[in-house]
Amino acid sequence: MILAIASGKGGTGKTTVAVNMARSIGNAVELLDCDVEEPNDHLFLKGTLRSSHVVTIPVPSVDGALCDNCGECGRFCEYHAIVCMGGPPLIFPEICHGCGGCAIVCPRKAIKEISHEIGVVEALDCGTVRLLQGRLKVGSMLTPMLIRSVKERAATTGTVLIDAPPGTSCPVVAAVEGAHAVALVTEPTPFGLNDLMLAVDMMRALGLPFGVVINRAGMGDNRVNDYCRAEKIPLLAEIPNDRRIAEAYSKGKLAVDILPEMRAIFLSLYQKLLALAKERP
Amino acid sequence: MSKVVITTTGETLDAPMDPRFGRAARFLVYDLDSKSFEVIDNSESLGAAHGAGISAAQSVAKTGAKVLISGNVGPKAAEVLAAGGIEMYSFNGATVAEALEAYRQGKLTKIK
Repeated sequence: MILAIASGKGGTGKTTVAVNMARSIGNAVELLDCDVEEPNDHLFLKGTLRSSHVVTIPVPSVDGALCDNCGECGRFCEYHAIVCMGGPPLIFPEICHGCGGCAIVCPRKAIKEISHEIGVVEALDCGTVRLLQGRLKVGSMLTPMLIRSVKERAATTGTVLIDAPPGTSCPVVAAVEGAHAVALVTEPTPFGLNDLMLAVDMMRALGLPFGVVINRAGMGDNRVNDYCRAEKIPLLAEIPNDRRIAEAYSKGKLAVDILPEMRAIFLSLYQKLLALAKERP
Repeated sequence: MSKVVITTTGETLDAPMDPRFGRAARFLVYDLDSKSFEVIDNSESLGAAHGAGISAAQSVAKTGAKVLISGNVGPKAAEVLAAGGIEMYSFNGATVAEALEAYRQGKLTKIK
């Protein structure tokens, strides 16, 4: 069962929900930190690194002896990763998407493909939780590709939790696609509501079963609750606005370790996500 | 034929310069010989998620200009412009006309 944790707005508590739910479930669970531009689940789960896998894409390399500067490769590349200005092609590996088209269209077969690192996928043992995290190489733009690489390495059985990046753009879609149910974490503020509505639109476009988690409940107003009621979106959990949770977070500790009574909230959220996933037509 | 490209937010010589290169709104292409100009839209680069500077540099090269005046030019764009034999100058003046005048007087700083 694949359950994803996402949010329109950043900083609403995806990590808090992901790591605390993973810990609360107890028996073997796999958590995928798909926020590959800044993975932080490891700060809370503190595991032992078991393996590290370098993810590469094929990028062009031009043989100057064969190239006659015809410019076909540059005309083909949609991303301007290979550019012809009359002389030998200029190559920008960090924006190449690795499609290999330039090598195919080259009339003189002057382009071969070489490996270019876009990031790593690391596996960590954290007690009952197996953490898989992606770390994108600084400067790389292929966030969705690395996220898919993390997901490809996930277990095929048991419970898999996905901690998605914030927002509603391609990396988020890459993280949540294929999930059986999604928890959208938000906060009870106008900003939280605005970005929740964007995330809801995304969920509906993707056709994924989803519900809402209100974090820091009680710190703002009731508009998120009203919105969920009007839109018939299930409210899966409310995490109270408790200073002790923030203090635990600031020290890299799990809320469920400091406040054991919090476990009930995350276990109930887990059960509700499972139920949502099973309702799926 | 000697043409100068200036990044701009407008469509006339009195229009403000656009300090950005890759994501500049438009390019004003000024012909120093005929003292005429045309304006090129840069919306395709503006909307690109990545590689805006590279695509803008290719647009500038297509005009045949050998001189570019902008606020700043990113490293990828600079590589492409240099490969196209285009000299880059930085200018933070108010209008396109001021940039042209400063260029004529040799007052601009070359971007290496």
